[in-house]
This record gives sequence, structure tokens and C-alpha cells, in this order.
Amino acid sequence: MNNSTVKTPIPEQEPLVRNKNFEEVALGYTEEQALLEADRCIGCKNPLCISGCPVEVRIPEFISKIKEHDYEGAYTVINSTNSLPAVCGRVCPQETQCEQKCIRGVKGDPVGIGRLERFAADWHSAHQSSDHKPAEIKKNGHRVAVVGSGPAGLTCAGDLARAGCKVTVFEALHVAGGVLMYGIPEFRLPKAVVQKEVNGLRDLGVEFSCDSVIGKTFTVDELFADGYEAVFIGSGAGLPSFMNIEGESLQGVYSANEYLTRINLMKAYKDEYDTPRPAGGTVAVVGGGNVAMDAARCAMRVGADKVYIIYRRSMEELPARKEEVHHAVEEQIEFRLLNNPVKIYGDEKGRVNKIECIRMELGEPDDSGRRRPVPVEGSNFFLDVDTVIMALGTSPNPLIKNTTSGLDTNRKGCIIADDDGRTSREGVFAGGDVVTGAATVILAMGAGKKSAAAILKYLGVD
Amino acid sequence: MYKIVKKRRLNDTVTLIEVTAPAIAKKARAGQFIILRVDEYGERIPLTIADTDKENGTVTVIFQIVGRTTMLLDQLEVGECLADFVGPLGNPSEIEGIKKAIVVGGGVGCAIAYPIAKALHELGAQVDVIAGFRSKDIVILKDEMEAACTNYYLMTDDGTAGEKGFTTTKLQQLLEADSSYDLVVAIGPVIMMKFTVATAKPFGVPTMVSLNPIMIDGTGMCGGCRVTINGERKFACVDGPDFDGYAVDFDELMSRNAFYKAQETHDKEHVCRLTGGVRNYE
Repeated sequence: MNNSTVKTPIPEQEPLVRNKNFEEVALGYTEEQALLEADRCIGCKNPLCISGCPVEVRIPEFISKIKEHDYEGAYTVINSTNSLPAVCGRVCPQETQCEQKCIRGVKGDPVGIGRLERFAADWHSAHQSSDHKPAEIKKNGHRVAVVGSGPAGLTCAGDLARAGCKVTVFEALHVAGGVLMYGIPEFRLPKAVVQKEVNGLRDLGVEFSCDSVIGKTFTVDELFADGYEAVFIGSGAGLPSFMNIEGESLQGVYSANEYLTRINLMKAYKDEYDTPRPAGGTVAVVGGGNVAMDAARCAMRVGADKVYIIYRRSMEELPARKEEVHHAVEEQIEFRLLNNPVKIYGDEKGRVNKIECIRMELGEPDDSGRRRPVPVEGSNFFLDVDTVIMALGTSPNPLIKNTTSGLDTNRKGCIIADDDGRTSREGVFAGGDVVTGAATVILAMGAGKKSAAAILKYLGVD
Repeated sequence: MYKIVKKRRLNDTVTLIEVTAPAIAKKARAGQFIILRVDEYGERIPLTIADTDKENGTVTVIFQIVGRTTMLLDQLEVGECLADFVGPLGNPSEIEGIKKAIVVGGGVGCAIAYPIAKALHELGAQVDVIAGFRSKDIVILKDEMEAACTNYYLMTDDGTAGEKGFTTTKLQQLLEADSSYDLVVAIGPVIMMKFTVATAKPFGVPTMVSLNPIMIDGTGMCGGCRVTINGERKFACVDGPDFDGYAVDFDELMSRNAFYKAQETHDKEHVCRLTGGVRNYE
């Protein structure tokens, strides 16, 4: 038993080195470090951690496998309920999920469950023989279409394929992975890791149809006509929001979606790709979520001299993960807290050159329970900037809603679905951001998982 | 995959390709577009669907060589494949119930105007086409347009073909003679669309324009294609690409479209100098 009250540290690239490259920030545990950390797990009889995991990974069980040096066994335990272990080990907000419930967290740090999950997944990936084929799955003859290949779709597809369904995943972009490919940057989640997970699903017999926009290339009705018996919609929340302030259409103002897509999906940071490298200079990112942190840290890496995060509340209310904020601070991102943009200015050619902000103070708590930011009259000031990135959240795009009759949506355009993903339309299930609005990878995975179970029930598969 | 089955140079800088894409061919309607990627390293660019052959499952697009991607696209020959070809995107042009229309195409914009003229013509509408070019040697789609309209007016800036003058000159004449048209459709350079709208407005004839902003995914995700319509933000990919010309902020669109111009010019030189126009990373 390791009685240390602190998590075994994970090796990381030095902040001032890594803020100039796209290599992974956290390097992952070595075997020794993993064993040391695994030894901090008490192996509770009634483990609370599992209830904190949206896909119910049997955490003490996989950690005990690590203790026994059976790393492949640990991976098998995780993978039996989680289709994307290498992804979750990197991007899950464990601090508000499994690790928040860990009993070791009462006095000191909780067990580094995420780091151990990543270790097991990476060990599996490194030691998997190239001719490895998964055990033959007995087919049940049912065909299911999955719309969107992000975390919800991949999870749903994986669970359905494991149960013997023939699954086709339709993806609008040219590669599978959704937000894992276009949104989350390489330095947090290497794209090779994502593609390995996708290939794992291919090995299970899942087919991927990229360049296929549901609602355009094919409609949901056509999928049914084509012989799919059920459709899962996990198309995410892609439509970016803006502030509706003057100057947002100037050259050099991006949505975080566009900026991140150019860099992550279209590889603007690599010379051999045609995508133009975004301008350096001074970059202001507006917003305080994980997407804002990602955009800011990408901006630094593509050569910005200075990067601001402009957020209207204080450090306390920042919605981004603590770890991401910490990494951003280390990488010399400058936080302009309690500041809110009011107008963006451009030069005679229509290119952004400065942003006007107003100082804010926190008033009474609002509906969200957070203290409401209130502008301080007359406190306006200017920042010279060359690029402004709006990271203010997203909502589902209307393509599927507009082309699928009988599919109810709410006023934000989100598909209405029950806890098991059932929508108002028979045979159509939905989960992830398209139902909840922008949330996290693991919540989308949890929804994909529940929908897969509901689909199997709907199809009458045991 | 998305194989090029036909290729035709329409003039020195404008090329037509016909690409195998059965699912898109089956669905596409006038006014819609596709997004393509030449190869693994390429950008995603939107191109309007010029024509479809539902039987053979092919889609025709016409492009002008303006930057690196279109230059690389122009290098591909019949039998070669594109990495990606996605669509049909955007909303079809709303032309139902139109009995009498003027379709104005400026330069390579004729490639976008052509399917709309054709669709109107097939609906039985009177279609008067005004096609404008700088000069004779860059005139495209003359035969196709003539076959898809009632009256075809060719205009050149220098008078080397058709009548000398701008498309707006002819538009003014037609509207002065008869302002009972249901619709003017204007497609071409942003500045030309802006002036077309200004010409048609005094006659009160509704004017539809097809916008061509910067775009990445074409499904409403990047927000790069945002345009201001009646003071409201719209995304050309999911809300357009056709909009009421009276309501469009053309100056803003011109500014946004200029964002990557300098870089495009630089890239174009770069690719020629280093590779003779052929990508050589492999």
C-alpha cells in the first residue's frame, strides 16, 4: 500500500518548450509510476468511483490488474464498458467524476484513475500484435445507422457491434472522430490515438462512411428505406455562437470551431498541408471553457507573441478544467479576468487591430448559481490584437432537424430524448451534445452507451 | 472513389470537371454546392454544382484557377480521383412559381448561374440570360446558356464579343423596357452582384444572389462563411448560399473574402516555383 497523500506525478514537457510544439503535454506514466500509483488504491468493497463514471468502468478491478502487472487484463476490464480508453484517460474531467468520489481524496489527492486508465490503454496499444484480431462476434442480423463519429457515435457503434449488429457510421467530415479530430488539439489528444480507437471499431466490423452529411447526402428517412432498423443521432453541437458585438465580421475574427478546425483537422501548423498558418502577433480568445483554453494554447503554438484569455467572471468561475487552466497559465497565456469585450476595431483594410473591453465585477448569484458579472461603468479600455477567437459555446446545427419529420427539438435546436436516448420518432435515438448542447466527451460517451442498450432492447436483442 | 470522368478547359483559367458521385448526383438541385479536397494535404473548398447526370451518377463542377487548391485540382486528369467530394450542400434555389426571370452571370459566375437558368427554363419560365465577361477569349458556357434560356445577351467590357458594356447596362435596358419580371438572379464577383442589386432595386424586382464566402466544413460548423443579411448573422452554408440581394451587406463580404488573398497569391507562386505545379511530398 502506498500511503502517499499526493498523486504520483505524471511527466510533462516543460511549459516553455511545449508551448512551441504540438507534441503531447503529459507524457504518461512509466510502468514503475503506474505501479506506484495503483498501489494507492484501497480497492474499496463498495467503490464509489464507479458511480462517478458515466460509462461505469470497473475501476478497482482494472487497478488491481495493474497491481498484478497484468496490464492487458486491466485494458480488457476498461474496454469491456468503455470503447475509447486511450481517449478518456487523456481528456475526461476525472476530478469531477470518478476521482471526485475516490475515498483517498478525503485526505489528500484521489487515486490518479485517469492516468492509470491512460497507462493501461497505451500499454495495450504498444504491445498489441499487428495481426491481432478480436474474437469472432456472433452476428444478430440487425442493421443500425449511427450518425456522427464523435464520442457518442463511436461508443454507441462499439457497443452495438459487440452485440452483433451490423453498424455503419456516417460522418460529414473526411475523417472519423468528430470533435476528437477537429476540436481537441494534438497536444492533448494525439490524432493517432483517436485513429487507433476508430480502427479498433473497424476490427469489430463497424463500417465508416465519411463525406456523408446526414440531412443532405442522405436523410434519416432514406437510412430507414435503405434497411437500417434503427438510427442513432450523435451529430454533436457544431454551430458556433458569437457575442453579437460590433466588429465580429472583421478579418481575423474566428469562431473557436473555425480556428481549431484549421489547426487540428486541416493541420495548419504543418508545412506540408495547404491550410494557411494562422497569423501570429497578439491573439485574444474570448471565453473560459476548455475550448477557449485549447484555442489559446494552439495560438501560442502556431507562433503568437502574446495570447489573452478574456473572461467576464473570475478565476473561481472559469468553466474549464483546472488542469487545462493550470497548463495554460504555465504556457504563458495571459488571463484577463473580469473583462468583457464590447467592440472590435479594424484597420482601413478591415483587419482586426484592437478590442475594446469593459471591466466587470461580480454581483449577486444568477440562475446558474454563479455570481453574475456586472459591467463597471466607465472602465472601458483597449487591447491591441491581431486575432480574436470567439469561444462562447455551440449549438446543434439544423441539418438533421430540418430534414427529419416527427423529430422533436427544443428552442435551442437540441433533439429531445429521454434518458435512454429515445426521441419522439420511433427507431430514432439520440445522445451527446445534439441532445444536451455542448458538454464533455465522457458525457457523450455515456449517452451513446445508454442509447446502444436501448437500441438493442428496441431490436429485441438480448 | 470520386473519379474524374471528363475534363474540359473552358478558357485559360477556367476548367470543367465531371466527377463520379452517384449519391450527390441523385439529390442535387440547382443552387447547391459541394466541398472537395484534392488530396490528403489539401484544403476543403466549396464549388457550386454546375450540372448533374443522374443516370451516370456524375456531378459537374466548374472552377477558376485562383489559388493553390484550384491549381492542384487543375493538374488532375481524367481517370484520377479526388480525396473527398461532399454534398449536395446548401439550400436549393427557390425558383418555384417564377414565370419570368433575368439571370445575370458575371465571368466564372456563369457556371453557377447556368444550373439556375436551366432549372427555370425547365420549369417553363421565360429566362433572359445576361452573361458578362471582360473580353471574347474568356467567354464560357455560351452554347449551354443559349440552350437553357429564352434570350441570351452576351456582354463584354471591351466589345470583342456580343455587345460592349457591363451586365448592368443590359439589365437596366431590359428592366426599362419591361419591369414585370418576377425575379433577377445575379451571380458573379461580389462587386458585380452589388451593382446588379443597385440596378434592379429601383424597378422593385426581387433580386437573388448566390454568395461565395470562405468556408471549411459546409455544414454550419466553422462559422467562417458568416454573412450579414438585414443586419442579422447568417451562415451561407446552411442558411444560403442564395440570399435576398437587397438585404446583403456586400462590403463586409468583400472584406472577409480578401482575408487570404495575399497568402493565396504567395502560395500560388510558391507551388509553381518549387514543384512546377505538382505536389511532391510523397
